[in-house]
Amino acid sequence: MRARRLLFRAGFALLLALILVYTVFPFYWAIVSSLKGGSALFSASLWPARPEWGNYAAVFREQPFGRNILNSVVVAGSVVTLSLVLGVAAAYALGRVQFRGRSTLLVAILGVSMFPQVAVLSGLFELIRALGLYNNLAGLTLSYLIFTLPFTIWVLTTFLRELPVELEEAAVMDGATPFVVLTRIFLPLLGPAMATTGLLAFIAAWNEFLFALTFTLTDDMRTVPVAIALISGASSFELPWGRIMAASVIVTVPLILLVLVFQRRIVSGLTAGAVKG
Amino acid sequence: MQGGLARQRRRSAWLFLAPVLAVLLAVAGWPLARTLWFSFTDARLDAMAGAGFIGLENYAWLADDPDWWRAVRNTLVFAGISVMLETLLGLVIALVLNARMPGRGALRAAMLIPWAIPTVVSAQMWGWMLHDQYGVVNALLLGAGLITEPWAWTANPNLALGAVIAVDVWKSTPFMALLLLAALQMLPGELHEAAEIDGLGPVGRFFRITLPLIWPALMVAVIFRSLDALRVFDLMYVLTGNSSATASVSVYARQQLVDFQDVGFGSAAATGVVLLVAAVTALLLVFGRVRLGEAAGR
Repeated sequence: MRARRLLFRAGFALLLALILVYTVFPFYWAIVSSLKGGSALFSASLWPARPEWGNYAAVFREQPFGRNILNSVVVAGSVVTLSLVLGVAAAYALGRVQFRGRSTLLVAILGVSMFPQVAVLSGLFELIRALGLYNNLAGLTLSYLIFTLPFTIWVLTTFLRELPVELEEAAVMDGATPFVVLTRIFLPLLGPAMATTGLLAFIAAWNEFLFALTFTLTDDMRTVPVAIALISGASSFELPWGRIMAASVIVTVPLILLVLVFQRRIVSGLTAGAVKG
Repeated sequence: MQGGLARQRRRSAWLFLAPVLAVLLAVAGWPLARTLWFSFTDARLDAMAGAGFIGLENYAWLADDPDWWRAVRNTLVFAGISVMLETLLGLVIALVLNARMPGRGALRAAMLIPWAIPTVVSAQMWGWMLHDQYGVVNALLLGAGLITEPWAWTANPNLALGAVIAVDVWKSTPFMALLLLAALQMLPGELHEAAEIDGLGPVGRFFRITLPLIWPALMVAVIFRSLDALRVFDLMYVLTGNSSATASVSVYARQQLVDFQDVGFGSAAATGVVLLVAAVTALLLVFGRVRLGEAAGR
């Protein structure tokens, strides 16, 4: 009995270790590879014998990678701001006011986030070109609202709905306008929910690829994912893998830190968005 | 609240909603309608305005193109296998994480890493690991004597789709596991205690109690993942380019639209993607016995 339990525990620990290695190893390998210079890159040693930073310097030397990072920050930042401002207003209406067609509207908004992005590609291309926003970060910001807005509205609506009626009743009786109720009473309470949705929207915008690839043309307008996907070497047969890995590590480390710091919040946001909605 | 006040509230509700509705109509509704319209025309990327109506011709071409049907097959195989594997693996991981044990927090944090990594980056990372000459996967398999010569994971048409699926499973299983873990943690503990007293073993408990109770959450997660998998683009595009061995319907549609500049035909393909996604979702809703109302909250 005792031996069996011990065996069970050992098996369990092994399973845990296996899961851990499986999830973490690819990123570890990217870090190791990015630190290998010259021919060391082509050996499968699990540790860089002599770590070198050459690949990291090359990423910024060979292409406007600093500019690409800035582009991504600007786009993701403005997408988050816009989604939160528009989303809070909509969520207040959808979460706190009874009106006909409310649930239809909610389902329709959720539906927007469901349909494949390629379905709007040609229409959006036409729109962006008509607005003069082709190869422009504003065009990307606009197009990213398609997937960040529905999600933001959905989570904030769910959150607002759970708050008790008494909160606003007194203020409404005193003649406060809906704008005052929203900004003075609900906004302070919405802090955590907004942080969560903002974070998720930021990650979604930071990672987006299809629109960024299609709506930008020049190297200095690209966002990080497109820049990394299009890194190429002297010939098409020799991809500079060390540089690609270095770029991958550079854009992923801040993301991982963000995720680890806000772990709990992200998990609760994901489940609010998916399990409940 | 009185009638007048309620009416005033309703009016301001629409005022609050107006900006969002305007934005969504502009960036989603209108482009979707335009795509549908383009699919009936001979529009080209450099001459979208002067497009002429050609009826269902694009759709007839699409139905005749073996590459399109190959893309449909690729997409269905990719979505089917990867979502199935992700659900099974995710369930195992969620059950492990649900057990009370040291290091659970650290493991849950580690699970978030693949999820947070941009798809493009994970495709590149795996592209390097699966490299035919210098990849660590081939080195390990050769070292273990499982293969006798290096395999071209991403170049060999027979292996490429499997490689794409493997990357997606790595990236998305944690998401699945976290959602299922949340569902597991909402179950009351007494249920299991009662079942244990009644003499139900761990396997019986899982199939008789746990699984039925988390079924709605599981199906919602499966539907979300399937919708995501059916529109997959970046993974294939980065890992294997436009190769028809792995091209998904989204890759196919974008190639027609942008690379071949054929907006009319590409839009027809994009409309085909929507129809495919809608059909699969409907099937999942029917066979998963999920009521849309349940899936959509309350």
